[in-house]
Amino acid sequence: MTDIAVNTKRAKKAQAGPYGKVGQALNGLDDRLGVAKGGRTFMDKIFPDHWSFMLGEIALYSFVVLLVTGIFLTLYYVPSSSIVTYHGPYLPLDGQKFSEAYASSINLSFSVRAGLLMRQMHHWACDIFVGSIVVHMCRVFFTGAFRKPRELNWSIGLTLLTLAIVNGFIGYSLPDDLVSGTGIRIAYSIILSIPVVGTHLAFWLFGGNFPGTVILGRFYAIHILILPLVILGLVGAHLGLLVRQKHTQFPGEGRTEKNVVGSPMFPIFMAKTTGFLFLVGGAIALLGAFAQINPIWQFGPYDNIAKISYAVQPDWYMGFLDGALRIFPAWSFHSFGYTIPIEVLFPAVILPGIVFTLGYLWPNLEARITKDDEIHNLLDRPRDRPHRTAAGAGILSLLFMLFIASSTDVIANYMHISLNEVLIAMRVLVLVSPFIGYAVAYYICKELQGVEKAGKRKTHNIVTRTATGEYVTVAAPMNVNDMHAELHAVPVPNYIEDDAVAASASSTAGVRTVDR
Amino acid sequence: MSEHEHREPVSFSRAKATDPHMQPAAKDPVGMERRIAILFILAFGLFAAFGACYWVNASAWTLGATMGGGLLLLGVGLVAWGKYLMPKGPFVEERHDMASSSEDRDAFAATIVERGGGIVKRRPVLGGLLGAGVGVFSLVAIFPLLRSLGPNPGNTLLVTDWKKKAHLVDSTGRRIHVDDLSIGSAVTVFPKGYENDDQAQSMDQTILIRIADHDITTQKGRETWGPQGYVAYSKLCTHLGCPVGLYERELKLLVCPCHQSMFDVTNGAIPNFGPAPRPLPQLPLYVDSEGYLRAQNGFDEPVGPGFWERK
Repeated sequence: MTDIAVNTKRAKKAQAGPYGKVGQALNGLDDRLGVAKGGRTFMDKIFPDHWSFMLGEIALYSFVVLLVTGIFLTLYYVPSSSIVTYHGPYLPLDGQKFSEAYASSINLSFSVRAGLLMRQMHHWACDIFVGSIVVHMCRVFFTGAFRKPRELNWSIGLTLLTLAIVNGFIGYSLPDDLVSGTGIRIAYSIILSIPVVGTHLAFWLFGGNFPGTVILGRFYAIHILILPLVILGLVGAHLGLLVRQKHTQFPGEGRTEKNVVGSPMFPIFMAKTTGFLFLVGGAIALLGAFAQINPIWQFGPYDNIAKISYAVQPDWYMGFLDGALRIFPAWSFHSFGYTIPIEVLFPAVILPGIVFTLGYLWPNLEARITKDDEIHNLLDRPRDRPHRTAAGAGILSLLFMLFIASSTDVIANYMHISLNEVLIAMRVLVLVSPFIGYAVAYYICKELQGVEKAGKRKTHNIVTRTATGEYVTVAAPMNVNDMHAELHAVPVPNYIEDDAVAASASSTAGVRTVDR
Repeated sequence: MSEHEHREPVSFSRAKATDPHMQPAAKDPVGMERRIAILFILAFGLFAAFGACYWVNASAWTLGATMGGGLLLLGVGLVAWGKYLMPKGPFVEERHDMASSSEDRDAFAATIVERGGGIVKRRPVLGGLLGAGVGVFSLVAIFPLLRSLGPNPGNTLLVTDWKKKAHLVDSTGRRIHVDDLSIGSAVTVFPKGYENDDQAQSMDQTILIRIADHDITTQKGRETWGPQGYVAYSKLCTHLGCPVGLYERELKLLVCPCHQSMFDVTNGAIPNFGPAPRPLPQLPLYVDSEGYLRAQNGFDEPVGPGFWERK
């Protein structure tokens, strides 16, 4: 009897094949979808190990946090501008009347378990999402990763940045607090400034004159459904192209245009990147726990449209627009019975339009200027492309100065100088900063080019005295733990007896002997 | 085996288990495993604490601290596992050209250009009609979709609810008497009957300021608009429509908190600083027989920011 039982077990095991139940399941999947070959290739996909490739991962994982916390928030937020009387644990607002949107935002902050944490995490994740996209794009730009064949993915990335900024602004507007309400008012006026169609666009979007009653509902649909779907689709396309075209990599030992060096997808990269997902999530959770952000209960509701407060600054990624609006001169154009509000149109519509259009066109512009139609998989060091690096630095300087200009009132107040002086200083700085940024970056690149092996890891020198009394200096071997992308160790410069070294006939590369 | 060979990347799938590339990077794998285990145990504990905090409805920061701390520990442990205990590499994979062979390219182009183009060329009328149909449908479908989103602007942006003889009331609906404001004070006013209407307020909001008579530089044609030192200006900034809510009493300036445009209230609210392109429109006032402030008339120009149809 026992023999039969054993035989059955064995038979079952033999039937299952060498890889057991998992193998069986995979075979079943392959029968239907034919995934075995592609799946194997995908599991072997190599990811470069350089730290700068994690910037895009930060963006991806903060987007994951956005989705998770956002789903939580939708369960409690009510996109309605109808007026309710608030009764709840936040006593300063108890008994007051304001919009249901604001009331539900207050409620989810104070009455829903983990609600405040989720709201703050959502807001932090958004700021980090946009920030990491910007830094990731800087990496892609300065190393030339956007070049052929990756121009399309560059455009997708730039579109993702635009959508992230727009959706961030819309989400920031949903609580209907005093500060965000003012932000919506400004957005309305910016749309109004567009010639010919501006008033119609504004009336279509808001269902009439500001504020109307439909905008919160429409913003809600855009914020939680339309734009997240588009962003999700584009993120999929972004990653799909990345897998199809494979990663770029920095030059280094064994690295060519024809290969990728790094860690394979499964299990090494998967372990590291999943760990990184937890790290990003954990960091955002700690920020949400300990760093207060957007305390809407302190701002008060946007119930009385005539109210406003001092130091109204938008989220950081809108800062460059706000700064441009502050410092642009009051040039309004009237003619033939029509008005073109250039004082709004240029800083808020035309200027960002120019910057983003330049971004979209850059890969083609650069290829045309450098007459470069080659496929590039190896990255540039920024210093080796000084004009590109300088151009990027110029644009970043301009945007940074505009961002600073969004705090003219705070600067004037804090430094006890007149607002007028701050304004004029910011105008000058904004105009000259791109040129200064360009020049400084260009000369730094040129200087770095002149320094041989700059940026390479250094090792110690070992000085030994031989039996005959001769001193020999040798570069120490590289620490095993430092073995990374570096090709060869560079000895620390040896300034001792340089002349003697030059005179010494026995000196060879890496070994210097000095006779005493 | 020299160090140099260690760093020469190899193929992951073809590397043997004894290959130095397949060894963990950690010098002391057992110790590293122990350290990672401790991290995971601590993370486990923090997650349990997170559940407990949630259960007892503890404050938001304890929830975030336990959850975030747990995630961080888990993350550090997992990254360390991948970095120190898994094959250290480096590994390499070949990259294949995206471009297909020239035969495949030609065949593909021929399919599109000859087969596809040929079909259209053979039936030009059908092609044109199809294009026209789709074009008309797109226009017809898009236009009403947009059009029904909101009304036409009409004169909505050109007029306010300030009419002839309208009483000035504050936000509680109380009429403003000529004795109510001392010199140097300011109050936000609305036309009577619209003080509780957000939609109306977005256009009607007006700031009433009392200044000493001798400070006022009267604009031509506005000689009677400011009785007894009372002047009223639209509170909508001519830059972007923020409420111009900060009144600098000493300087007699109205300051917009959004972008710091400043308007000289003694001189027709002409902007003397900042991005606002126009003075704030002034509301002509008079004092009625009972001593209440009323509007002689509505604003004589559109209030708020600029737009195309504004004359």
